[in-house]
Amino acid sequence: MTSAFVRCAAFGALAVLSVSVAPLSVASAADISGAGATFPYPIYAKWADAYKKETGTGLNYQSIGSGGGIKQIKAKTVTFGASDMPLKPEELEQAGLIQFPMIMGGVVPVVNLKGIKAGEVKLSGTVLANIYMGEITKWNDPQIKALNPDVNLPNTAIAPVYRSDGSGTNFLFTDYLSKTSPKFKTQIGANTSVQWPAGIGAKGNEGVANMVKQTDGSIGYVEYAYAKQNNITHLDLQNKDGKTVSPKIEAFQAAAANADWANSKGYYVLLTDEPGAESWPITGASFILMYKAPQDAASSAEALKFFDWAYKNGSKMATELDYVPMPDAVVSLVQKTWAQTIQADGKPVWTASAK
Amino acid sequence: MTEIALTLTDAHASTARRARRQRLQDAVFRNATLAFALLVLLILGGVTVSLIDGALPALRAFGFGFVATEVWNPVSEQFGALAPIYGTLVTSVIAMAVGIPVSFGIALFITEMCPAWLKRPLGVAIELLAGIPSIIYGIWGLFVFAPFMQSTVQPFLIATLGQIPGLGNLFMGPPYGIGILTAGLILGIMVLPFITSITRDVFETVPPMVRESAYGLGATTWEVVWNVVLPYTRTGVVGGVMLGLGRALGETMAVTFVIGNAHRISSSIMAPGTTISASIANEFTEAVGDVYTSSLVALGLILFLITFTVLSIAKLMLLRLQRKAGV
Repeated sequence: MTSAFVRCAAFGALAVLSVSVAPLSVASAADISGAGATFPYPIYAKWADAYKKETGTGLNYQSIGSGGGIKQIKAKTVTFGASDMPLKPEELEQAGLIQFPMIMGGVVPVVNLKGIKAGEVKLSGTVLANIYMGEITKWNDPQIKALNPDVNLPNTAIAPVYRSDGSGTNFLFTDYLSKTSPKFKTQIGANTSVQWPAGIGAKGNEGVANMVKQTDGSIGYVEYAYAKQNNITHLDLQNKDGKTVSPKIEAFQAAAANADWANSKGYYVLLTDEPGAESWPITGASFILMYKAPQDAASSAEALKFFDWAYKNGSKMATELDYVPMPDAVVSLVQKTWAQTIQADGKPVWTASAK
Repeated sequence: MTEIALTLTDAHASTARRARRQRLQDAVFRNATLAFALLVLLILGGVTVSLIDGALPALRAFGFGFVATEVWNPVSEQFGALAPIYGTLVTSVIAMAVGIPVSFGIALFITEMCPAWLKRPLGVAIELLAGIPSIIYGIWGLFVFAPFMQSTVQPFLIATLGQIPGLGNLFMGPPYGIGILTAGLILGIMVLPFITSITRDVFETVPPMVRESAYGLGATTWEVVWNVVLPYTRTGVVGGVMLGLGRALGETMAVTFVIGNAHRISSSIMAPGTTISASIANEFTEAVGDVYTSSLVALGLILFLITFTVLSIAKLMLLRLQRKAGV
């Protein structure tokens, strides 16, 4: 009864609104609207700025978080949603959505240990998981020593610092730990927030970095761009092939290149713990969500034109901001998907020639 | 004669017209203000209904256990609100323990003892303190106050109070800097200007004559404050304290930065914890899954109930005070 009334009232209000703003919306029909993940916001904003200068088409992106982006695209209030955590193929199917990776980033473990320089200490996923589960409590623990026989590790207590706000960074980090430690997988699992058994939570990249900087013996994890721009002491990691890698653009791209995108339904690929000698193990893509059968085909076409432009012209801007562009092979795969699956009235909304 | 009569009837008529117009104005005014007042109830009702509606899935899934368990696991979708409820109450208690005495001190100093030239600057400073947005308190707390707590205050507390059997449990664990105590202290600073400016204003309503009579009878400043000023302004003072408590219970951003955001209940007040509003602010944007979102809305509902209960108790207390005073 109440909900029916509310719906009626809302509908009435909407009808009035749409009538009154009808001329306005025609004028601004060229703008693309999207909402979602905060992690890719800086690069989307930079692309949008350049794209507007070139084409006159603007992008209205609200960085409200992945969960918000998924909710908005499902509620059909935006042309595209953005999420750092890909939706499972069956969930996409249910909502009539497709998703594709747009940009990548990496997560980097950082430390504060007296006398230890960047990249001097390396860890494996299992050891990192044991630290975050509160099972390794000292820096000179035999498990850490075994990986770093030549480093003089102090007898300092380890203070694990985690991201307290729900984030794609959390998801990538816990997904990596789940893949490398069966115990972490069963006891904690992977999500944008998890129940950490030990350590202390700090808000955002800046919160984690600050906590690590001021606490001797602490370890944390932040986005690569943040670690690089703020010059924080990072750790190296042992990847799936047993090789030691440092966090850098090439290492993230190696992980993406070694992933099996072609055979993954709905691009449901998590780039954590990928094989390959060069692959950085905590890499992740940020995804775009769109309707398979959009009601407003014109705005979907506009959005796809923008993404196409960003794939082709946005790589330099991305690396300048320490993001990682998608490899060319993945881009052409994604464009094939657009042409095949996003359709209105039986016709593809976007074709490779329609630029 | 007739002319006078005429002007008289004219006057009568115009008075009647004016009276009619005034009645109409009154009616319009009364109904308009009534409508505004009812609007508040309507909005409040709407908030309540949507909170209950949003919280239902979580309450159905966990029942009473939702308020009685400490677990908060987004992976297995098991949620309990005990840790945030505990954190909300404890940080508010710390904030009040720090905020009330200091605010009273400031307000009394300004109204009773302050030299005239200092009155205005002090007043402005307090108002400025109230105008600082909470995110600024949060950033200051994270970058300046928390490191100070970590390097100075907490090691001192561990070395002194932490050694006392029993009480020491409150001051245990590594000095992280951020945690429940730090959040409570920041809240204490944030409620200061609210309680101070209201108590100062009500203290100033005490008629000078009453005050001077007491001094004339030979009372000390302390006696005047305790026996004259405070009893005279009781209602206003309680109102100010409640406003501060309301802010402490609901404060979000500043707390999120400095509390450590762990869904845990620890015996130590230096350990990381969380509050209801901090949990919602932290997790709502990235919460995927219906039960998760619903649990966060349910937290909001609980905070609503806590605030409502606190305000009701305050009202009851005031009523009893007034009855005792025989007003």
